[in-house]
Amino acid sequence: MKRQRFSFIVNGEAREVEAYPIERLLDVLRDELDLTGTKEGCGEGECGACSVLINGELVNSCLVPVAQANATDIVTIEGIADGANLHPVQQAFLSCGGAQCGMCTPGMIVAAAYLLKKCSQPSPEQIREGLNGNLCRCTGYMRIFEAVEKAVVGSGK
Amino acid sequence: MLKQRIVGAPALRKEGQAKVRGTARYIDDISFPDMIFGATVRSRIPRGHILKIEFGDGIPWNEFVVVSARDIPGDNVIALINKDWPCLVDEQVNHPEEPILLLAHPDRHLLPKAVAAVQIEYEALPSIHSIEESERGDVIVWGEDNVFKKFLIEKGDVDTAWDQADFIVEGEYATGAQEHLYIENNGVIAAYTPGDGLTLWGSMQCPFYVHKSLVGLTGLPEDKVRIIQVETGGAFGGKEDYPSMIGAHAALLAMKSGHPVKIMYDRLEDMVATTKRHPSRTRIRTAVTKEGKLLAADINFALDGGAYSTLSSTVLSRGTIHACGPYYWPNIRVRSKAFATNCPPHGAFRGFGAPQSLFAIERHMDCVAHAIGLAPEELRRRNFLRPGLTTATGQEIREAIDLEHLLSRALTLSDYHAKRERFDRENAYTKKKKGIGIAAFFHGSGFTGSGERNLSSVAAMDATADGRLRVLVSSTEFGQGTNTILCQIAAEALGIDYEAVEIAQPDTSVVPNTGPTVASRTTMIVGKLVHSAALGLKQTLQASGSLHESWTTEEFCAAAKMHVGRYGKLYSSSRYEPPPNVYWDDATYRGEAYPAFAWAVYVAEVTVDMITYGVTVDDFVAVQEVGHVLNPVLATGQIEGGVAQGIGYALYENVQWERGRMTNGQMTNYIIPTSQDIPPIRVFFEEIPFAYGAYGAKGIGELPMDGPAPAIVNAVSHATGEDFKAIPLLPEAICSRLGLRHSVPAEAIAI
Amino acid sequence: MRSHPAEYELVSPGSLAGVLKLLQREPGEWLPIAGGTEVMVQLSAGRLAAHRLVNIWDVTELRQITETTASLIVGGGCTFTQLREHAGVQRHFPLLAQAGSWTGGIANQNRATIAGNIVNASPAADSPPALLAYDAELELISANGTRTIAYIDFHLGYKRTALLPGELLLAIRLPKRFPGWFSYAQKTGARNAQAISKVCIAGVGKLREGRVEALQIGIGAVAPTPLRLRRIEEALLSAPLTENTIAEGRRILAREIAPIDDIRSSREYRGCVAANLLEDFLCRLAAFKEAA
Repeated sequence: MKRQRFSFIVNGEAREVEAYPIERLLDVLRDELDLTGTKEGCGEGECGACSVLINGELVNSCLVPVAQANATDIVTIEGIADGANLHPVQQAFLSCGGAQCGMCTPGMIVAAAYLLKKCSQPSPEQIREGLNGNLCRCTGYMRIFEAVEKAVVGSGK
Repeated sequence: MLKQRIVGAPALRKEGQAKVRGTARYIDDISFPDMIFGATVRSRIPRGHILKIEFGDGIPWNEFVVVSARDIPGDNVIALINKDWPCLVDEQVNHPEEPILLLAHPDRHLLPKAVAAVQIEYEALPSIHSIEESERGDVIVWGEDNVFKKFLIEKGDVDTAWDQADFIVEGEYATGAQEHLYIENNGVIAAYTPGDGLTLWGSMQCPFYVHKSLVGLTGLPEDKVRIIQVETGGAFGGKEDYPSMIGAHAALLAMKSGHPVKIMYDRLEDMVATTKRHPSRTRIRTAVTKEGKLLAADINFALDGGAYSTLSSTVLSRGTIHACGPYYWPNIRVRSKAFATNCPPHGAFRGFGAPQSLFAIERHMDCVAHAIGLAPEELRRRNFLRPGLTTATGQEIREAIDLEHLLSRALTLSDYHAKRERFDRENAYTKKKKGIGIAAFFHGSGFTGSGERNLSSVAAMDATADGRLRVLVSSTEFGQGTNTILCQIAAEALGIDYEAVEIAQPDTSVVPNTGPTVASRTTMIVGKLVHSAALGLKQTLQASGSLHESWTTEEFCAAAKMHVGRYGKLYSSSRYEPPPNVYWDDATYRGEAYPAFAWAVYVAEVTVDMITYGVTVDDFVAVQEVGHVLNPVLATGQIEGGVAQGIGYALYENVQWERGRMTNGQMTNYIIPTSQDIPPIRVFFEEIPFAYGAYGAKGIGELPMDGPAPAIVNAVSHATGEDFKAIPLLPEAICSRLGLRHSVPAEAIAI
Repeated sequence: MRSHPAEYELVSPGSLAGVLKLLQREPGEWLPIAGGTEVMVQLSAGRLAAHRLVNIWDVTELRQITETTASLIVGGGCTFTQLREHAGVQRHFPLLAQAGSWTGGIANQNRATIAGNIVNASPAADSPPALLAYDAELELISANGTRTIAYIDFHLGYKRTALLPGELLLAIRLPKRFPGWFSYAQKTGARNAQAISKVCIAGVGKLREGRVEALQIGIGAVAPTPLRLRRIEEALLSAPLTENTIAEGRRILAREIAPIDDIRSSREYRGCVAANLLEDFLCRLAAFKEAA
């Protein structure tokens, strides 16, 4: 089979790659675009370490063939901060200790940012549900919940 | 004495910015030019001889580099404590997934196909797959009798105690294997040139362990082997010994191919081929008076060590010493053995033998209480260790620990008495039965006995040419907060801002050997060494007259920079000195087992759904005394994370075996708690500063692993009235015990 | 990642007509891939047998949800998030929305499609019990036209369905016949989220003067296919729900299901919990008083 050309917006920039259509978006992001913030933890869509946004929707990039990402708008962890300014979720992760080993952190932050976009004042149950596809082995989730709640408060009303 | 400004405060994680931005670089984020990829061909049988190896069709084998045991320049051994762990199978396979051949190729995607295309013919030998089979000795798979190691601890005279007992209570307790499931799998990159020697980068806990193993394996001089730890995504002990193996594999491929070689495991390979927590079986027989005084215990503690001895002797050691729990036993005997079986060798996992033996004794205490008609908390209260009493190894408790106070506090915080009473009343009428259970325990900080003395660790500090202050240690960060804590300590000791202190990447050509990052020793022991090294550095500057009576951070850094400019370097190191009056006899296992213990009482509240037999932990209270808490956010995070792993250990995590091979090596099938499974975990600290730990700290990292499982099983037993003695306690097991009696109460049925 | 991407063809005709034309031209040759939550897992594991795939993720005709007075027609390509968020599904077919909330984590619900869940035919799939309870009908389409099949007739055996080569599952038609009925669904998995069902059950029913007027129950993960528990429904029709009649329901259930031992659970557990869930459903139905 031959590689094909795919183009998309990634973190606000137009990018183009040559890849096999079934290549996992995860691998294209990491290997072709050098966006190594998105991680592989399981390759089965269970751990959420590979979470990104496609057209504003949270997905596991290990399960998306790059052909299906063609002509979409992709946001990875590298695009969550606004330049030097951290997203409120990132800031809260720092102050609350939401990251320990950091491996689940990119996916967790993307998922948390997505949750807050869909629901600006989530209840504790909604926070737990919003993060239910992101496994963490280090924190026991408590500091992460606290970080998301803090990010809500920090964003004002 | 200056008030502490940094130690004790929630300083932000040193590498936190990189982690939340996604710019932290783990081993699979790193590539080198000309780098190729490696993969491992592994055995399909548990035990047998290799008769023939054939390379199947459809693979361009001439493009591959192939390494076998014959390519190993030095010893075909990954040296840990013993030298029985082969790097590659030479002729006999002793467990499934044992590494036989290594392949390397530039196309990462071609490797799995190539691995699958290698056909190996075996002559199978009998294999054994349980402690019982190993113990029976019908099939000997290791040494003379399948026993890697054994211990005996004796105190008093156990055999005469039975006659004085009002009650004799026996029980057998079992724990299963547990998979670390760090979110980042094992991975390394090796590069070799004859001039520079071997360099290995990787996800690891102990660069100097890897260094020692690779020197023996390659036959290279020590200064031609360089090990560098990179950002590591979780470890929990699973990267204490295993990196030496995967590192050796990458090194061999690099040496043969002339290219840098990356080996990165995927989840399935990591699960089925690397180490796990030792399964255990504990038999306890106790003599107790009707007033609830413990007279004696005879404990038989057994571990399944897998096919090679690796770390089993030390895991057994710690499990043995902790088997008695935080209680005073006038008479006790603990006999323990680590057995060989034909599965991948088991290894270090947070707690290191103590979660296994503490599960048994803490579950047993509830059983004893039940047998004699005493409340579980009362039985414990009447037997706790106190200052002046001695442990099973004869170690006198010298610190002012008050376990009764910890217990009372935990019971108050969890509303234990009111809940227990309410649950007892309401459980008769409900499909969701509730229970509440306790565990009291302790965990020795640092290496056992003479371990720290033998390690003789060294920590250092220096200043760079532009005046930046650096901590130089081989202690690694893998989420637990090494970088942050050690920089806090250094900054506090130097009297400068936390932001002005850095920590050097653990690189064996740059940092001294501070010992492995294990055993809850980093804050307490390494921190103390960093403190001393910092003081030495400060004193050097003071002695040379470049510091006044007080200084700002800028002034300090300027003085350091000037010193380096004038003298070429500013460097201070400190070597471990054992505390005074610490006596340990390795032969009789008597004396001061640990310089300090951390102590805890945990309370778990559960619901058992009588329709699905599923257990939910509803609330969890964790009260512990850990010496001085140097960073409350990090410390709380360690407890919460350890409790979550303990909940998994108790209720969710089941390694399924078929003749020594893990059959559920996927995250879909090996279950850890999600965000919707974890209760509120409420953490409380008490602090009795320990004089020989950095700023009064003791070890904390492994403690939280010991308590959750027995607290939870005690709670489930309370809720159901059934005596459960094994973990993981799955709904299937609860169903088997309860379900066949169809005890779902008939609520709200229309007439 | 245990497969070589170079060995796979993935084409994107971009329209329903284009996809159907391809499937007709080479029947049995092309595997449709929608959200990828099943296919891509197999790819990563090195177990994807099909090497030629046709992308249906971008076929908008499959993503419509149409509501009429009599029914809801859900496009096969609708994701579980779409189902959960659709007001008509929430109102008229809440058990389907509930099943959607069980299917993987949030990220997977954004990609997994209902047609994928049905056609993949895992006995443990989460949506089939609700679809069975709701008398779902499937609209299958090929280049030759469409046909309708009652969902209850769709599963022929373990991982075998009535889908013919060249066909796609175009839509699921759900009749709005359950206003005011009692509805109940429960899933048992290894944990609260991202768990494959050990048993899952969905049921709707209503009583009249203390007797069962209607009862429709679907159950999954206890047989090679999802089951509609017709025999239990028939036995209880017009009967009051008492300890005895419910016990009879349990006895019939034991004969209807064929749970197995597998990597996730045991035959004994599944059988026991299936009976407990049935009983729980019937007890709650008995106590249910419809809001006026």
